[in-house]
Amino acid sequence: MPKKVSKNPKDRAFEALSAFFAAMVLTLGLLLLLVLLYESLPALRKFGAGFIVSQAWNPVEKEFGALSFIYGTVITSFLAILLAVPLSVGAAIFINDFAPQWLKKPVSLLAELLAAIPSVIYGLWGIFVLVPMLRSAFMKPMAKYFGWWIPLFKGPVYGPSVLAASVLLSIMIVPFILSVSREVLATVPVRQKEAVLAIGGTRWEMIRIVVGQHCIPGIFGATVLGLGRALGETMAVTMVIGNRPDIFYSLFHQGYSMAAVIANEFAEAADLQLSSLILIGLLLFILTFLVNLAAKWILSNLVKNTSLRN
Amino acid sequence: MSKAVKFLAIVVLSVAVMSITAVPGIAADLALNGAGASFPYPLYMKWFSEYSNSNVGVKFNYQSIGSGGGIKQITAGTVDFGASDAPMTEEEMSKLPGPILHIPTAIGAVAIIYNLEGVPSGLRLTQDLLAEIFIGKITRWNDPKIFEINKELKLPNTDIVIAQRSDGSGTTDIFTNYLSTVSAEWRTKVGRGKSVKWPVGIGGKGNEGVAGLVKQTPGAVGYVELAYAKQNKMTVASLRNREGQFVAPTIEATSAAAAGITMPADFRASIVDSPGKESYPIAGLTWLLVYKEQTDAAKGKALVQFLKWAITDGQSMGAALDYAPLPKPVTDMVDKTLRQITSQGKALY
Amino acid sequence: MNTLSFRRKAIDTGMRWAFCLCAFLVILPLFMIFFDLVSKGAKELQWSLLTNLPRPVGEEGGGIANGILGSFVITLLTMIWSVPIAVMCGIYLAEYGKGRLASAVRFTVDSLAGVPSIIMGIFGYTLVVLPMKRFSAWAGAAALTMIFVPIVARTTEDMLRTVSQPVREAALALGIERWKTTLYIVLRTAQAGILTGILLAMARILGETAPLLFTILGNQFWQTRLDQPTAAMPLQVFSYAISPYKEWHDKAWAAALVLITLVLFINIGARRLTREKR
Repeated sequence: MPKKVSKNPKDRAFEALSAFFAAMVLTLGLLLLLVLLYESLPALRKFGAGFIVSQAWNPVEKEFGALSFIYGTVITSFLAILLAVPLSVGAAIFINDFAPQWLKKPVSLLAELLAAIPSVIYGLWGIFVLVPMLRSAFMKPMAKYFGWWIPLFKGPVYGPSVLAASVLLSIMIVPFILSVSREVLATVPVRQKEAVLAIGGTRWEMIRIVVGQHCIPGIFGATVLGLGRALGETMAVTMVIGNRPDIFYSLFHQGYSMAAVIANEFAEAADLQLSSLILIGLLLFILTFLVNLAAKWILSNLVKNTSLRN
Repeated sequence: MSKAVKFLAIVVLSVAVMSITAVPGIAADLALNGAGASFPYPLYMKWFSEYSNSNVGVKFNYQSIGSGGGIKQITAGTVDFGASDAPMTEEEMSKLPGPILHIPTAIGAVAIIYNLEGVPSGLRLTQDLLAEIFIGKITRWNDPKIFEINKELKLPNTDIVIAQRSDGSGTTDIFTNYLSTVSAEWRTKVGRGKSVKWPVGIGGKGNEGVAGLVKQTPGAVGYVELAYAKQNKMTVASLRNREGQFVAPTIEATSAAAAGITMPADFRASIVDSPGKESYPIAGLTWLLVYKEQTDAAKGKALVQFLKWAITDGQSMGAALDYAPLPKPVTDMVDKTLRQITSQGKALY
Repeated sequence: MNTLSFRRKAIDTGMRWAFCLCAFLVILPLFMIFFDLVSKGAKELQWSLLTNLPRPVGEEGGGIANGILGSFVITLLTMIWSVPIAVMCGIYLAEYGKGRLASAVRFTVDSLAGVPSIIMGIFGYTLVVLPMKRFSAWAGAAALTMIFVPIVARTTEDMLRTVSQPVREAALALGIERWKTTLYIVLRTAQAGILTGILLAMARILGETAPLLFTILGNQFWQTRLDQPTAAMPLQVFSYAISPYKEWHDKAWAAALVLITLVLFINIGARRLTREKR
């Protein structure tokens, strides 16, 4: 592109116009940050850094803290990642290396459609299908046989729970991890794959070797990207997590997430409670921002490396 | 390709035109917006639907966002009227831009629902038992204290699981108001409010959340509005009232609770632990919150007209949806109060 | 292939099936969700659902017509200003952007794209609902703008960058002014991709619920003005789903079926657009 500054006034006007719109986007971003900062100031002044480590959420005594919500958000996202990553990576390998040609497109299209389903529909399905299914087929028997000696499966079993939210979240983030994983797998030089096959390796050995060598950082990047999605998910989680601010060990316990408490209480909160909710919003903003930044950094490093290698 | 662009342009343009033409199109309809309590939501939806059928040109939009939300939004002035099952506190009223009226519309009862294997009905509880259960002092269903007044029941040897509201709610306010009235220990340890710090138990969002928890959990006991208990076919406990009678929550018992009360001029009455042999002890009014001075005369006028309708024709529609009607002396009082609503000093009645 | 020991062969076959199982498990929920949507939603899916207003509990024939209209009004209202903003922003980033402003804008776009949508609801409530003293379609559109703009700005930039340099140089060499080159040649070349991006973003905001919770409030009648509370399909699905009434649960499924049909229709249509071009 010629970098010379154009003399043509129309050219300059057009450039100025596009710069104006770009600046507008910048302003919107700054405005959002400003709103969050300004509105959360009263809570920040009152509670300070202690807000993050306080477990209180008591509208009568006007004591607020974010710990149980941060805990719920982090636990559900972590569990969702734990479930989603092996499945998505496995499915990505299947599509890229094992599936017959005619099956590749439909499978990947279907997986992408999962990403298009609105969150509230996941929530609806969660309430009426997933939760009853998990309760009778998994939670009840687990609580009965293992609950008394493994705290993770301790009852009582209600249904809406951290487990239900995590399973639902994992379904929702699979398509993101899957598509990035497929891109990562596709960066492996074909020659290396062929080399493994040529010396008599099986397809699995080929996968193990090349994935082990090339794809671990990329898959890690995909995981962090999925984590970013999971942290901010609101409606589906709100509908199945049980909405109880608490810190707990059992997967069957009810929890609360940062996004869910905002969705539930924002319309009714006033004063300090409102400010505390917005402070939780600000924390969530920062958390997702950092996670997304990390994902971008990992993945962009990777792109650089592979382009050098090829 | 350019077809697609044209299509997009046409769609966007037509919506733009639609939006612009829609703006002057207002004259036809007067739209009033309200939000708040979830307990009377089914009733209000019925009312507003019926009312708009017979009063063409006036539309009342009501959204259920909880009593706390109703108070917050009417304070912020984002809605034309609010709704709450809990009267506004002095502190809340001090934040209002102007004086507000609590207009009672219906009476609700809070039912104690339970899920006990082998006890399909007939559980009876006294004031002390209820307080001690919710404070966490009585923890098992076969506790001798419960057995003493339920000798004919086969009470199982299971834990009592308390289910409560996790969100700010008028139902919780009525229930904790009752417990504070009958139990000194509750009053000092927990107190009354739209949301309180519960000594024990698990939380569900909304009446439906609590009903769901109790339904799914053997040994659970919780509190929900009567309408929700009936709609979900929950088993309800009979409570001992002030006169020593065990009364099940019904529309009649709820009306009886309201009949025995002297209504204060601002209607912010508590009708828990009400006198009268037939009275169900945990009952409460639900209010619409309306500014005394209406900024928009047309809207104010429509609001007053509707409220007049609600306390006359509207009252008969409640029973089918499990809401008890207001006693006649109360509706007479409301009628007088409506005459106080003004716009720029002129009465709107 | 007799060099392969039985063990290695068995592992290979085992892993092959394991990967196949992964793929199956990944798409299984999609089929389950569709099965439930259709089996639970179809019986309520009558003409009256699409043309009637919601009715109180116990009355037959309630619909979601105002929600369908509301969703379209908010979505298109958002797009009226968001499309120009986002596309121009993308043009700036791809064609002119250099220096501090460009990197700041690019950073903002990337960051905004990852912000949870519920936070955009706080944005709409604080900046539009409170000053206007009313819940409105405007406030909903303001919140959705914050979701729409970053997605489309990013796609536009990416798509413009795929247009090869010689195309630009050839146009400029012909003496076509630079702004005309950008608008009529570069943008046109990348048109399909950008349009796909716009439609995908449209499908996304059509299904958003969280940013609408405290901006449009909901409405059980037709909304006649943009500065009034507005109904939307996702919001109706949500409030019907958490209600205690069986008949409203059925309505939630039917409304969800309508919503997903629209969203997937736009989504698949958008994908087709680029595939044909390529």
